[in-house]
Amino acid sequence: MHQGKVGFLIFMELTNLGIKEINKGLKEKKFSAVSLCKAYFKKIKEKDKDVSAFLSLNEKSALDQAKEVDENVSQGGEIDILAGVPCAIKDNILVEGLKCTAGSKILENYVAPYTATVVERLRNKGAVILGKTNLDEFAMGSSTENSAFFPTKNPNALTRVPGGSSGGSAAAVAGDMAVYSLGSDTGGSIRLPASFCGVVGLKPTYGAVSRFGLIAFASSLDQIGPFARSVEDCEAVFNAIRGKDEMDSTSVDADKKNEKKNVKDVVVGVPKEYFVQGIDKEVEKIILGAIKKYEDAGAKIEEITLPYSEYALPAYYIINPSEASANLARYDGIKYGLSDAESSELLDVYLKTRGKGFGPEVRRRIMLGTYALSSGYYEAYYLKAQKARTLIKKDFEKAFEKVDAIFTPVSPFLPFKIGEKIEDPLSMYLVDIYTVSINLAGLPALSLPVGKVKNLPVGLQIVGKPFEESRIFEIAKVLE
Amino acid sequence: MISKQETEKIAKLARLGLSEKEIEKFQKELSSILGYIEKLGDLDVSLIEPTFHPFESVNVTRKDSEKKKDFSKKLVDLAPEEKEGCIKVKSVF
Repeated sequence: MHQGKVGFLIFMELTNLGIKEINKGLKEKKFSAVSLCKAYFKKIKEKDKDVSAFLSLNEKSALDQAKEVDENVSQGGEIDILAGVPCAIKDNILVEGLKCTAGSKILENYVAPYTATVVERLRNKGAVILGKTNLDEFAMGSSTENSAFFPTKNPNALTRVPGGSSGGSAAAVAGDMAVYSLGSDTGGSIRLPASFCGVVGLKPTYGAVSRFGLIAFASSLDQIGPFARSVEDCEAVFNAIRGKDEMDSTSVDADKKNEKKNVKDVVVGVPKEYFVQGIDKEVEKIILGAIKKYEDAGAKIEEITLPYSEYALPAYYIINPSEASANLARYDGIKYGLSDAESSELLDVYLKTRGKGFGPEVRRRIMLGTYALSSGYYEAYYLKAQKARTLIKKDFEKAFEKVDAIFTPVSPFLPFKIGEKIEDPLSMYLVDIYTVSINLAGLPALSLPVGKVKNLPVGLQIVGKPFEESRIFEIAKVLE
Repeated sequence: MISKQETEKIAKLARLGLSEKEIEKFQKELSSILGYIEKLGDLDVSLIEPTFHPFESVNVTRKDSEKKKDFSKKLVDLAPEEKEGCIKVKSVF
């Protein structure tokens, strides 16, 4: 009785609540997890025909998951902060029994045989999984236009891209179609869509979060991380998914508790190499405004130099396709996924399956990577790029001897129009010029919405020392 | 600029069946991207060690013990063709 009445009265507002408010509301029985879940599906049905954030919905199981939380509450049990909170998962992260397409025709009918550690951890806390979100095929892209199914639109301006590759996850949160979501970031795939959609997005330190159950793209760069509407919510999700997992040997327990710092004791570096020609003037103005705001709050701002910055993007576009070409060799039409098995010749099966199943950007990266790794070019390209990576990483290590965090724009551009860059791969790659170096160095970085140009959001990138996500959150809360 | 033959060779190494038109398109696109990547050429890295991984990690091992979970069936079921609980492969000879 109680929940039906109140639930109906506040139906419209339920989808605006943050994690803490939801937790309080559930505990005080102001509304039920089921009514919250239904409110989200209602919102998705109204809104997603325009935005196209979701590839698939998980309505029945989600309601069952919500019901469990309600039963727990009614029996007087303790519930976790994330219990009953509806979320969305990027469709390159496995949830057992649900399709996991990676945005590709080659996995169009692939049903995940197990669950990723991050999702397992969320489910153990009572999370409600609404559905799987759209992405650039195999997370390769900066606009979500490379999805083999359909492009996702920016909820702030439907003619524009949401950024990529986790465009669906960012758009779901920006459009109030999920409280939070998970994405993956290989060269900016969480931070760019967070910036373009105007939500908070964190790429954790490499190793802070398990990658078990994430469809591999470029293994030395990939990291899973959260999107949310507030820094507080983003932090709650990060704390739930972080930590060592025996299924991912690169994951570590770095539960580093940074001692709290007063804003007056924080030193922030601003790299001069990130404010040069090519940056949109309006974007620059907003970023400089945010930096000034933090200075006015009492922090010390210092100009720093990251001299090897200009080599980050070229090095990235060797390392990333090289690792991708090796990782994607597994799609052979034999083990799982699409198969063009008409021919009796093994080579034919490979050629046809992969020629048909992969879209243009995926083929482009496989070609690039194969070239860079092929005999005669390995040293000139791949090895050289990995050496440049050392220099880029050292730039940051040196800078962090003097500063606690680094501020940069997330992207030099505002969200661009759908179709604007898709025919010119190189111009699309340049969108990520400020984000790729962070993955090469393995550092944590957060995109925080700090302003808008008309209705188009602009994100500030806050980069921290390895495993100092808590410092990043602390800084972001002052600026939020 | 990479040649058409080179592009064809890479496609074959990558096991990608591409049409004539696609080969031409990739020849152009790869050349333009590689042109941009050439920037690395002016960097002297002769004394620098490569970074293959952002942080040093240790190898994780476990006991070589039998697992009872019947997971293999689930995986085999995902294969396009199976026979007697095994994944069926095209004849190699």
